[in-house]
Parts: sequence; structure tokens; C-alpha cells
Amino acid sequence: MTDTSPASAAVAPRGGLNFHVLGPLLALIALVLLGAWLNSNFLSYGNVTNVLARSAFIGIIAVGMTFVITAGGIDLSVGSMAAFVAGLMIIVMNLLIPTMGIGWPLILFGMAVALAAGFLAGWLNGFLIAKIRIEAFIVTLGTMGIYRSLVTWLADGGTLSLNSELRSLYRPVYYSGFLGVTWPIIVFALVAICGELAMRHTAFGRHCAALGANEQVARYSAVKVDQVRMATYTLLGMLVGLATIMYVPRLGSASAATGVLWELEAIAAVIIGGTALKGGYGRVWGTVIGVLILSLIDNILNLASIVSPYLNGTIQGVIVILAVVLQREKKAAD
Amino acid sequence: MGQPAVNRAAISPVPVSPVPASPVPVPLLSAQGISRSFGPVQVLFDLDFDLVAGQVHALIGENGAGKSTTMKILAGYQPPSAGQLLLRGQPVAFGSSRQAEDAGVVMIHQEFNLAQQLTVEENIFLGHEIKRGPFLDKAAMQAESRRLLDGLNCTIDPRARVADISVPNRQMVEIAKALHRKAQVLIMDEPTAVLTERETDILLDLIDRLRTAGTAILYTSHKLNEIARIADRVTVLRDGHRVLTTDAKGLTEDQMAEAMVGRELSNLFPAKTPPGAQTVLEVVNLHVPGLVQDASFTLRRGEVLGFAGLVGSGRTELMEGIVGLRRTTGQVRVMGKPLKPGSVLAAREAGLVYLTEDRKEKGLLLGKNLRENLTLLALDRFTNIRIDTAAEEAALTHAIAEFDIRAGDRTMTAGKMSGGNQQKLLLAKTMLAGPDIVIIDEPTRGIDIGTKQQIYGFIRHLAASGKSVIVVSSELPEVIGLAGRVIVMASGRIAGEVTGADVTEGRIVRLAMGMSDKKAEAT
Repeated sequence: MTDTSPASAAVAPRGGLNFHVLGPLLALIALVLLGAWLNSNFLSYGNVTNVLARSAFIGIIAVGMTFVITAGGIDLSVGSMAAFVAGLMIIVMNLLIPTMGIGWPLILFGMAVALAAGFLAGWLNGFLIAKIRIEAFIVTLGTMGIYRSLVTWLADGGTLSLNSELRSLYRPVYYSGFLGVTWPIIVFALVAICGELAMRHTAFGRHCAALGANEQVARYSAVKVDQVRMATYTLLGMLVGLATIMYVPRLGSASAATGVLWELEAIAAVIIGGTALKGGYGRVWGTVIGVLILSLIDNILNLASIVSPYLNGTIQGVIVILAVVLQREKKAAD
Repeated sequence: MGQPAVNRAAISPVPVSPVPASPVPVPLLSAQGISRSFGPVQVLFDLDFDLVAGQVHALIGENGAGKSTTMKILAGYQPPSAGQLLLRGQPVAFGSSRQAEDAGVVMIHQEFNLAQQLTVEENIFLGHEIKRGPFLDKAAMQAESRRLLDGLNCTIDPRARVADISVPNRQMVEIAKALHRKAQVLIMDEPTAVLTERETDILLDLIDRLRTAGTAILYTSHKLNEIARIADRVTVLRDGHRVLTTDAKGLTEDQMAEAMVGRELSNLFPAKTPPGAQTVLEVVNLHVPGLVQDASFTLRRGEVLGFAGLVGSGRTELMEGIVGLRRTTGQVRVMGKPLKPGSVLAAREAGLVYLTEDRKEKGLLLGKNLRENLTLLALDRFTNIRIDTAAEEAALTHAIAEFDIRAGDRTMTAGKMSGGNQQKLLLAKTMLAGPDIVIIDEPTRGIDIGTKQQIYGFIRHLAASGKSVIVVSSELPEVIGLAGRVIVMASGRIAGEVTGADVTEGRIVRLAMGMSDKKAEAT
């Protein structure tokens, strides 16, 4: 094993690496060109804004998911968690109308509730995984069921709707923006930039990667393994809260059907973006591209009537599997 | 070591004429003029090498000399770039290790290829299961496993999970697996690297028996005393060239070492310096539940303190307890101040660091580059919210120079470096935290003699510059050569301490074995 070291370094392909780094970006560019070629409205301001704003919910969550997966974890509960947080937020806001009146203070309070609920839910996942040492898959499978059932129960099987006056006040948070860019897009961009900086340039990001690569080495290197792991889930929980804040003004309601399969879309985006599913290596910008790829496929299928939009899931599934195959080939090349 | 070796030594010199060995025995497996290149880099040059039935042929050389490549070519893991292999005189080309195994050539790797979650029996029969109809014949496989293990004097239960058995026993399982594959040529890559002296004795006895039974054995080790003891022939590689093939008889360890290094080795261990007066570390009644009981000792400034004992005596566990990697009761005081238990970070901040014996699993992130590995322990020194990558690069440049880390390319991953360079990187990483007290567990496991000498020099230099060092090692010459004082552990307790002129192998071994009656019986 030792003797081959200079040799294997010499045979490591240089050109291949670039493709794996740039692969998702090239795929995104190809999709944009395809979309523009199929439909002249594709690059219109309205369509671009629509695609980006819809990407924002999954995108904000997927940035948090990148940290969780990089640190060797997984969180299946984010979709249910978003629905539960949305339901809770709506109920609390509706309840407080008599005391606080309809106005921005109440909306800000509702936002704080959403962030706090997301924080607590994420912290609980992290606590069970890092401190009680239950498998992340099991814990979040459990909480996924719990939050989904809780929101169904809160809505009594139906839909929770925000007071309509309050809703019209809150609506601009989704629909309007700054210099023609809507707020969800701005928030998503900020989250992505902060996430990218945190992943690449802070001790937290480095520790997440170390933890995912080899927990023992991290422990022996004085990394506070449990705290870092809990932090990834808590961060993700808060980002779910943030995504919910952007989501509620869109429809002004929450039901058992809210956020269904968001966890899978978020995980898929992370994997397409080149983060290693087993942890140890993650890149936030890749996740952003992954989210955009998934949204664009959906959008193109809806705009162009070549393939039925019902096949959206099929195409997304193929792409996720393909992304993992490419990752494995990279490993083999190493 | 038991009787057989003594008998052999006594018998073989006497009958000069009827010895069948010297008149051209047909080698079971031989390599003729094999070379191997990886891309533009040639790592093996025109090597001839014979493995003869009933002979142990030792292959020695420094890390990177071409030993592993030679073994991999012989065992079918890699084809040679030029030259050919002969199996019983017939040219043969192994397409895979499986083909080589089918031809009776089996390699036992340094890193075991055992499925941790499967039982011993399941591992031995993996891929060669005995079936009755569509079902596994468990009883037959267990009986056969028992027979194979009994032949190795190994008492483990075939139904035990590999994850639950000790490292030496895993080595025995690997060998049992090879025997079950009807190995006629056995290629052993540093089988004793993870064994204590006693376990090494058992293994060498076993090799002796395999030799008597007619197996051809290729044996590699960095421990030259083993080579002198077990080998019939010795081949020395240096930089991919064969520099020497000769009968082992009459070849001294010094001659082997010089042939490997290509220069005369001056004293392996630098001179010792006397420790200072100040006590820097005090361990008082430390317990690691179930592993270490009631350990107390002190360490002075500038001292090199040795820790000896059998593997499993609790040495590593005690050290891990001291630095906060394990739950403990009792007290650790650094510079007179009590250390917060259970926190590696608190220990590091107090100036106390531990360098693990297991560099691949606990020391380095094999898939990460040198820079990220180097700074992981002391990352906060490079971080002011944002990590200062330029400062990290500068630290790497400095570490490469100071520790003589030979990496072909500074962006390569740690896993691609040789063992010796990994150990130097781990040392650099540990020292980057700026510790006053360094605990080094097995400082030279699996690394070559040239690098060993460098590391010994470095440990001495640390002590001379006022740092304090604890050296935990299974290699007694290492402990004796480095430490002025040696604490010996047995069965989770400190069995005794020797200083000055009393630091001898005899005293240490007696303490390690003799204090506990149970242990003495077992040996």
C-alpha cells in the first residue's frame, strides 16, 4: 500500500476532476438553453421570477441539508416540519388577532414563532441523534411522521387558513420585492451566499466535513463532535422556519398536503450538486445549482408540451441516480 | 518462543551433505525480471524473486522501496509492466487475485480484509461456502473453522463476530482463511505490525510450522530481529531495485539495515537529556471504567517517559482517558491545575495533546488534503470567523520543511502518502497546537528505519527544548532507547516503574507479564 503512493498520485486524472466540479453547472446551462429553444417565454422576466421564487423554499432548506449531509447525517423530517411550522404559525397569528390587532407587529411575531419552532424542531432532531445516539434516518423518519400527523390534527384533517385581512397584509413578503427581485429570491440568495461562506471559509464548515469524513479523527482532533452535529440539525430547522415564513404568504394556508416530498427534493438537490451522500465533502453552490436544475425541469415540462408534466418525478429520479453514478466514478478515478 | 525454532537451529547446521535445499529447488512461484510503472513513474526495476516450498523468503526495504508492489504483482492484484511470473516453472499471468488464490497464491494484507459484522466462520468461508442443497451447511463450516483455528493454537469461537475479537486474533482468522484456500504460497504483508512480542512469538511459531509443512512464504516486516529469526533467505529492495538476495544465515540486523538504507546507520537513538525539576503532569487515581484501574503517575518538564505493557494492558486507554477521549474518574492536573475531564479541547488548551496509534482511522482524514489535515487540531489559530487559507498554506510549507514530509504534490490526499509520511504529517498536526506535553502512542508503527530514526531524533529534540513527552510503545527497544523512566502496565493497572540502569528488557517484560498470576499462566 505504501509503495504505490507516488505512482497513484501520478496517474490521478487531472482533466476528470474539472468535469465533476463543473458537471452540474454544465447541466444547468444546457437546461437553460433547451428551455429557451423550446419556448420563447422561457427567459421572460415573469417566468424566471416564478421559477426562482418557487425554488426558494426548497433551496433555503437544501442549503441547511447540505450541512447535515456533509456532516454524515440525513434529515427526512423537513417537509413535515415545514407543514407543521406553517400550521403553528397560522394558528398562533389567528389566535393573537384580538390581542395584538392586525398589523406588522403580529406578522413579525408570527415570523419569530416560525423561526423558534423550526429551531426547536431541529434541535430535537439533533439532540436525539447526537446525544441519545439514535440513527439519523430513524429519528427523522419518526419526527417526519409526528409533524405530518400533528399538522393534520391541528387542521382537523382540513386546511388552516390565515385570517384574510392579515393575509393581504402579509402577501407582499412573497409577491413583491426590491428592485424587481422578489423577497424569496433575495432571501434564498443571502442564505446561499452565507452558506457557501460558512461551508468553505469557517471552522464550522471544515468541522462538518471532518465529521462526515471520519468521526473518530474529528473527535481525536478536539472537534466538539456532538455540538457540531447538533448545530447542523438546528441550523436546518431554523432554515425550515425561514422557508415557511416565505411560504405562508403565498397561499396563506397550511394543510396535511403542505411540504409533501420537500425532504426528497432537498436531498436530491444536495446530491445533484455534488455533495457526498455519505458525508465528508459538501458544496453549497452545487446545491443551489441542484435546486435550479430540479425547478427548471419542472418548468420546462410545463411550458413545452413534448413530455407530460406528470413524468416530472421520473426525470428527476433519473437525474438523481445519474448524479450518484457520476460521484462513484469520481471515487473510482481517485 | 517455543521448541520448534530451537530444534531447527540445532539440526540444520549439522547434516551438511543430505540437505536438499541448496541443489536448485524448483521455486513454487518466481518472478523474472519484473518491472512496474505507474504512468511515468517506475517503482520496480527488473526484479528476480523466488519463493521455494518450505522456505521463508523475507522481503525488506524502506517504505516506498517497492515491497508492496512486488507482493501485489506476485498475488495477482496488479500485472507487471514487464517481465513474467512462473508458477512451478510454467509462465503464468494472474488476471486477478482470485485467479492467484485458485492457483494457491494467497496474500494476507496489512489492513485486514475481514467483514467486521460477520462471524469468524463466515469470514473464513466467504465466497467458498459449504452448501447442502441450496442451504448453508453451518455445522460443517464451523467444524472446519474449528479445525483450522486449532491448528493455529487459536482458541477463539468460530461463531464470534470479527468486530468483537482482538487484532492478533483477526490476524489468525486471516491466516486460517488463507489455509482454507489451500495456500501453497503465502504472502504476508507486515503481519506483526499490530502484534505484541508475545503474539509475534505465536505467529512466528506458526510460520515455522507452515514452512515445515512445505508452504512457500514471503514475509515482510520492519522488525529486523524477526527477519533474522524466521527467514531462510532475505531480499533487500531499495528504490525499486534489488540490492541484495542472500541466505539469512550469517546476515546481521545491522547489515540488513545498512543494505536497506544504503548508508551506515549511526546510533538509532540520540543521547538522552536529563529532565527538569518541575512537575508538569500529575495523574491521580485515574480510572477508566472496565479498562484502567487506579493509575497514578507524574511527568516532569523535559522528560521522556516510556509506557510499556502488552497490547490490551490499558496503556492506550489510560492515555485516551487522560486527554479526555474516554470517561474517567480520578484527577489529572496539568501545571498544577485540574483538567476538565472528558474534553479533548480542554486538554489541548491546557497544552496536553495525544497522538493516536491508529493514524489511518483516528489520526488523519485520508480523503482530505495535507493542509486540511495539518490544521484540523489547531484550526482556531487560523480562524477569525473566516479561515485564513494563506496562513494554513504557510504552516504547511513550514511543516513540510520541519518534519521532512515527502509528498509528491502538496494538494494530494493524506491517504496517498506512505505510512512514514503520514506519521510525520500527524506529528506536524499535533505539534501545530503548540503543546507542552505530548503523548505519542506507537510513534513508529509500520514505518521504515530511516523515518524511525528521524522520529526518535524529533522526540529527543522536543524533550531537550523543554517539552515533556510520553512514549507508549509495544517495541521495547524503542521505549528503552528513548525513555529515561518507564512505567509498565499489566491488566489495566500500573504494574511498576523502572528508571536509569534498571530500564532493561528483562525488568520490563517481567513487570508486564509477572505481576498478574493469571497472565503468567496464560503464557
